[in-house]
Amino acid sequence: MASKSKDDILAAVRRQRVPETPLPSLDGPWIAYPDRAAQFAAMLEFVGGCCVRVEGVEQLNAQLAELPVWNDAKKTVSLVEGVGRSTFDLAAVADPHELEDVDFAILPGQFGVAENGAVWIDDRNLRHRVLPFIVQHLALVVRAGELIDTMHAAYERLRFDGPGFGVFISGPSKTADIEQSLVIGAHGPRSLTVFLMV
Amino acid sequence: MTTHASHTTDHAPQAALFVADDKRAHWHDGALWFVRAKRDRAAQALPEWERLRETASQIKLHTLSRLAEYLEQFEASAHRLGATVHWARDAAEHNEIVLSILQRHGARRLVKSKSMLTEECHLNPFLERHGISVVDTDLGERIVQLAGEPPSHIVLPAIHRTKEDVGRIFHEHLHTEEGASDPKYLAEAARQHLREKFLEADAALTGVNFAVAETGGFVVCTNEGNADLGVSLPKLHIASMGIEKLVPCAEHLGVFLRLLARSATGQPITTYSSHFHGPVSGGELHIVLVDNGRTPIMGSDEFRRSLSCIRCGACMNTCPVYRRSGGHSYSATVPGPIGSILSPARDARAHGSLPFACSLCGSCTDVCPVKIDLHHQLLAWRHEIAARGLLPISKKLPMRLASIVLGHRWLYELSGRIGRWIMPKLPRWMIYNRFNAWGRQRELPEPPRESFRERYRRRNGSAHGK
Repeated sequence: MASKSKDDILAAVRRQRVPETPLPSLDGPWIAYPDRAAQFAAMLEFVGGCCVRVEGVEQLNAQLAELPVWNDAKKTVSLVEGVGRSTFDLAAVADPHELEDVDFAILPGQFGVAENGAVWIDDRNLRHRVLPFIVQHLALVVRAGELIDTMHAAYERLRFDGPGFGVFISGPSKTADIEQSLVIGAHGPRSLTVFLMV
Repeated sequence: MTTHASHTTDHAPQAALFVADDKRAHWHDGALWFVRAKRDRAAQALPEWERLRETASQIKLHTLSRLAEYLEQFEASAHRLGATVHWARDAAEHNEIVLSILQRHGARRLVKSKSMLTEECHLNPFLERHGISVVDTDLGERIVQLAGEPPSHIVLPAIHRTKEDVGRIFHEHLHTEEGASDPKYLAEAARQHLREKFLEADAALTGVNFAVAETGGFVVCTNEGNADLGVSLPKLHIASMGIEKLVPCAEHLGVFLRLLARSATGQPITTYSSHFHGPVSGGELHIVLVDNGRTPIMGSDEFRRSLSCIRCGACMNTCPVYRRSGGHSYSATVPGPIGSILSPARDARAHGSLPFACSLCGSCTDVCPVKIDLHHQLLAWRHEIAARGLLPISKKLPMRLASIVLGHRWLYELSGRIGRWIMPKLPRWMIYNRFNAWGRQRELPEPPRESFRERYRRRNGSAHGK
């Protein structure tokens, strides 16, 4: 959008004499973890999440059935084939406000980052961006082979070549705004379970 | 930057109000030191920490050196993704742009996630005057919004409030039980209250932690998930950002996301690092690029690096003055060491005392994740304020006197001799009074009987004395 303000700001920016500084290299070496899964699980625990290692879908479902928050959930949705169950058809939801009462969502995570326990998910198959934030409890399913060491490796994998939304999620929603006391479950999910599937 | 006319912006008298409550002042000091200690553990867990800081610093300086090109590239890329980019020279223009977007959509209820820029622009009162209801959704920001005060810290907006304070504020506004002060109970009450606000919002506004010139997207970091809940329910998302928030490429985000949360709270990353590229389907995304006094700082060799700030708050948490005087004593949107550099750049007359609210210990410089030379800039600001004739008379006069005395050896020796002779004979009130700032809260040392020179001469004989 052409505007006088744009021209003014760009002209003011160009008037400033700023010495040339080259872009630094981002080539490693960066930290590498001998056991990424262990590091990932430790970091996830540190940020208030829970990491469960499973071998295959069957074991995943068995572990899920042991989660009290899953068993108590009335309205659930799963976008991971064969895992858990959906009590409604997400594709039929037109307005994201209707997701307000979802108790539990199971979503696929593309990869996990060992250094900080974060999992990357994007909105390609979410249908509604709000889904991972509005539900009371969230589970993410990540393949153990899809763990990487650092955020540098993460951005080597990511491509932002069109419209879309993606997010690194590290643990459940939390706040420490009242006297530095950690409270899990600020606005978003009250718990986060990551199933690392071998 | 506006300041309350009736009310001083001088740091020391406001700090005096804060330390008058001794118990609270100590609690505040300890709470922030706790955060600083967490930051240290997180930083020490990465062998490449120093390299990350250096890399981040270089990326920021490089971006500034080509900022015009990157801004144009960002606008073009964001436009391709379906976003609309606006340009605002100052706070007033920013506020007008936001209002006009809201009015065009008939939006009356706005939910906001944390944005220091909108604090800097005083957006909330402006929108409220035009009939828009604004709800800050970060818990800390909601607490101070309900209390009718500005944030006292950029990452922990309500750090000056105890849980009992929050209990009282919530009892009054959210009808929680009287006397309740359990953080879990209070946070749950805020969750329920703010859920309603999220669900009924017509529009959402977020700040921007980092924007990427190459891709036209931007990243917003929160722990609570309030930015994401806010922007993904209504169809209208406005993002306000200072022009210094750009990085060239997405890969640079890796460096900054590794540094930000570790420096801020000692977490390895914030809970949510959301990457927005274009609007939600069927919705609109407006990005407002704001200058508001940033370009002149770019051109200054002395102060340019202050624009590298990623607003982590580490310099505040470590600062011995900030910890013991509280964020409100700075009378500025951004308090602490970085605020004491940014605020005088906006209004040196109003904020001229801030660079002096510093012991030049350099701890801020040591923890800054983008290697801003904070304490050097604070010292440079002192020169600047003196050069502009903005020093208060209580500093100006003694300085002039000192420069005369120190400039003449005979006068220096004479004053020393007179001082040593007369000081022990003076009544207390002549020394400890309101004109002697050095005599407040401390006893002056007992004057020695002789000066160093006299003693040296006496012990070594006059042959070595000259």
